[in-house]
Amino acid sequence: MSNNQAIQLGRIDWVTVGLYLFFVFFGWMNIYSAAYDASQPNLFDFDKEYGRQSLWILISFTLAVLTLLVEGDFFNKLAVFIYAFFVLLLMLVLVIGKEVNGAKAWFGVGSFGIQPSEFSKIGVGLLLSKYISSTGAKFKNWKTRLIAAAIIGFPACLILLQPDVGSVLTFTAFIFVMYREGLSGNVLIIGLGAIVFGVLSIISGATTIDFPFAGEQSGVWVLIIIVAIISILGWLFVKNFIVPRNRKTLYWIIAISSVASIAFSLSVSYIVEKVLEPHHRERIYVMLSMPVEREGADYNSQMAKITVGSGGFFGKGFLEGPMTQNNYVPEQWTDFIFSAVAEEWGFVGSVLVIGLFVYLIIRIINMAERQRSQFSRVYGYCVASIFFLHLLINVGMVIGLAPIIGIPLPFFSFGGSSLMGFTLLLFIFLRLDSERLSIFR
Amino acid sequence: MNLDGRRITIILIVGVIGIIYAIRLLFLQVINDEWKNQGVALTEKEVIVYPSRGLIYDRKGRLLVTNQTVYDLMVLPKDVKPFDTLAFCKLVNLSIDELRSGLLKAISWPNVKYKPSPLIKQITPPEYARISEELYKYPGFFGTPRTLRIYPQSIGALLLGDVAEIDKGELEKKPDYRRGDYIGKSGIEKAYENELRGTRGVKYVFRDNLGIERNVAEGKLDVAAVEGTDLIATIDAELQRFGEELMVNKRGCIVAIEPKTGEILALVSAPTYDPNLLVGRARGNNFRALNLDKQKPLFNRATQAQYRPGSIFKLAQSATALQLGIITPQTRIVCNRGIIGCHGSHSNDDLEMAIVHSCNPYFRGVMQRVVEADRDKTSRFKDARIGLDIWQGYIKRFGFGSNLGTDIPNVKTGLVPGVAYYDKWYGEFQWAFSTIYSLSIGEGEMLVTPLQMANMACLIANRGYFISPHTVKQIGIGGRPRDEYLVRYDSGIDTAHFTTIINAMEKVVGPGGTAGRAKLKDIVICGKTGTVQNEPKEDHAVFVCFAPKDDPKIAMAVYVENAGFGGTWAAPIASMMIEKYLNDTVSNVSEKKRILEANFLDR
Repeated sequence: MSNNQAIQLGRIDWVTVGLYLFFVFFGWMNIYSAAYDASQPNLFDFDKEYGRQSLWILISFTLAVLTLLVEGDFFNKLAVFIYAFFVLLLMLVLVIGKEVNGAKAWFGVGSFGIQPSEFSKIGVGLLLSKYISSTGAKFKNWKTRLIAAAIIGFPACLILLQPDVGSVLTFTAFIFVMYREGLSGNVLIIGLGAIVFGVLSIISGATTIDFPFAGEQSGVWVLIIIVAIISILGWLFVKNFIVPRNRKTLYWIIAISSVASIAFSLSVSYIVEKVLEPHHRERIYVMLSMPVEREGADYNSQMAKITVGSGGFFGKGFLEGPMTQNNYVPEQWTDFIFSAVAEEWGFVGSVLVIGLFVYLIIRIINMAERQRSQFSRVYGYCVASIFFLHLLINVGMVIGLAPIIGIPLPFFSFGGSSLMGFTLLLFIFLRLDSERLSIFR
Repeated sequence: MNLDGRRITIILIVGVIGIIYAIRLLFLQVINDEWKNQGVALTEKEVIVYPSRGLIYDRKGRLLVTNQTVYDLMVLPKDVKPFDTLAFCKLVNLSIDELRSGLLKAISWPNVKYKPSPLIKQITPPEYARISEELYKYPGFFGTPRTLRIYPQSIGALLLGDVAEIDKGELEKKPDYRRGDYIGKSGIEKAYENELRGTRGVKYVFRDNLGIERNVAEGKLDVAAVEGTDLIATIDAELQRFGEELMVNKRGCIVAIEPKTGEILALVSAPTYDPNLLVGRARGNNFRALNLDKQKPLFNRATQAQYRPGSIFKLAQSATALQLGIITPQTRIVCNRGIIGCHGSHSNDDLEMAIVHSCNPYFRGVMQRVVEADRDKTSRFKDARIGLDIWQGYIKRFGFGSNLGTDIPNVKTGLVPGVAYYDKWYGEFQWAFSTIYSLSIGEGEMLVTPLQMANMACLIANRGYFISPHTVKQIGIGGRPRDEYLVRYDSGIDTAHFTTIINAMEKVVGPGGTAGRAKLKDIVICGKTGTVQNEPKEDHAVFVCFAPKDDPKIAMAVYVENAGFGGTWAAPIASMMIEKYLNDTVSNVSEKKRILEANFLDR
């Protein structure tokens, strides 16, 4: 065994560790404030969320140190087993899990619970990295695409069975990883286009319009008529202004894309209006600022926005936020913790947190790029993408730019599973990164 | 395939999202005030700080009206944890069943477990002190203070008045009151509402998501409350109490006034009630019961009952005639009982003896001279119009037909009929002296209140003037009464004219006088009895008086409804009141016993 197996402290990225510590302790402060109870001010009171979080922090720090002591090769070699272990847990939780809020997502131990879905991303990240870095994996090939999709999709489907749609959504993070490793950029463009077109379909689909001859019909038909008109105009354009040898390909593109758009639009509208449960439909409507029938359906969203707005430029100060201290945001210490940050630390504090997250993500991307090992690089992208998606959805939800989806803000939100999961995710990469000069895989 | 650019793409996506979120935050937190304002509207609550209402003392500094803090033991069901119910019941003096039903009530509609509900109401401070020491053992239970108006002497209900929540009608007229505010409804509480009330303060508190008030907000916008002003009432609590005692089981009233100042020393309306009945929780039910009571305890007989004046009015008639110069003290008129009846044996009295004998023909004659003075020689109808006008002018200057400018709310004015009144009844030039002569002896259309009669006694005692009778002598301890209670109202009758009248009144309360029973050994009382006919029921017994003769300290009107002769029932009550006030004793024990035992309620 060579000396590169022992951890070399100088090679650990201490800036990232510093950011990690800042997030964890600042998060703890905000959990303390959000769950504060003047009659139980003890930071280590296990009756309160901040007390329990102190225990999770201690465990996470231990896990972080242990992770740094493990040789990086271990994660590469055992990626399959780690993946399999977490998949097994995801299966097990469906059988013996505790049902909380309608989802079988928890292993309960007294008042403490473990949520395996928070850990499964580590397994997916490791196995995906191992697979992509293996010889023969090329995203040009459908085989590679399918295997990668299977690695991601299998645990995602298990989580969907719980059901926990929010956690499943975070698995879309891996698209960024695959894009970086050669998946066509059209995926991102088509994805973005689908989001825009999907939103238009939902908005138009929720209205009914009195059509001439056809009577009352869903507004989505207006969208379809527009698509048809654009297609005809495109066809006329190609026919008159494009050289004949290129026309055939373009005709095909126009035909396929218009049919695909119409089919997509119809199905999105149909799913939202007919398939989704009313409360899911409400959440989407609330995000899109569309009118919601049920009184109070947008309560959480409203309260979160008011709480954020209440902070103003400099914030109300620690333990001084009237919305936070008076419990206006339900379970603020979990998924809505960012609203507490925004109220008590103001625009200054909330932008600082977002800025530091963006900085951390970009830093991890840049660290990933400096890896000689493809495994380490892909894994680095996995870490960055997962953090990004959590930031995107969680903060977006609090400030009213994303639907109410229950996923945690990394290191900030109360909860042992997410804190331990994100800690392991990050520190595995830090260990891999510390070996970047000596390991070629 | 060159993939290096893709790092940049991904970094750009992350960065752009970061910038979009920062801009969104800029709008939410800095540029747009909408969310901030919604937050303030949700979390901050304006709480009114009520000043404590001013206290009221009697003229000798005895506390008449005060505020008492009592405590309601509240329960907030969501905070209640399992507790030792037995020990708790013992602590708060409830049975297990009462506790159970109280707790059930606190969680059943319209109460909810997030809102505090009262478990036990109006716990006294010492009792609460005992309970509160142990209360920490029982989370979810706490006391909230409430202020009640308390009347420690239990006297003067109608004089002191009461307070209650402001009603809709009042609220529309008084913009600086809010729903649920307390306001004086009657008596001094109403008349001096502005002084007693003080100025409301405001403080801002935080309100949590369930609407429960929490810790106090910063306080720079808070406005301190200004306490209500204390008052010194004019009444003498002991005299008032004694008056109420004497009037037990009778309908009627006593009005006692200090002539020199117009200060009301006692204002008894019988039957009365304990003012503490109209306080707090029980107010509604008690008010309803009092309102339905056939004896009408809520009706202030001293200021709202309008009686025909009866014989005591002869005093005002005498003074008017003397001032007009139509008679002199030596004028004699034959007691001709043909037109109008009389009583006792006399035949040709002068003024003094006519008053003593209450000679009806004499005063009919006096009135005839006032009204039919040949001022218009063409028609006795026209003559009567001129005469009645002159008479009415004098009588009104006694305070009759007016509210006297008193501070007692809702007083009646009585009636001094004049030309317009009779024109309306009989038609112009359709009436003459022969139509209206009943006025001469205080019968007929004229109406007076007991307060006005007591005021007339003051005017006579003062030999020609009165000061508006009032109930508050100092606004603020050591303060002054209202300005209008320092003003003398002159009757326009020369002081000299009262000598004969007062001498006659002295004889009334002397041996052989109609109020001989009222005589006291060492105090010279001047009085006049009256007996107001009230067919088919028993007459009302009436007596007006003042004492001592040479330096009057107290003037009084006493009405005892359906009791009979004034000298038998009203005069002794007045006499005992005078002795009580001036000497602080009652010497004639048997007379007191006779009065106390009398019961005229069923007549």
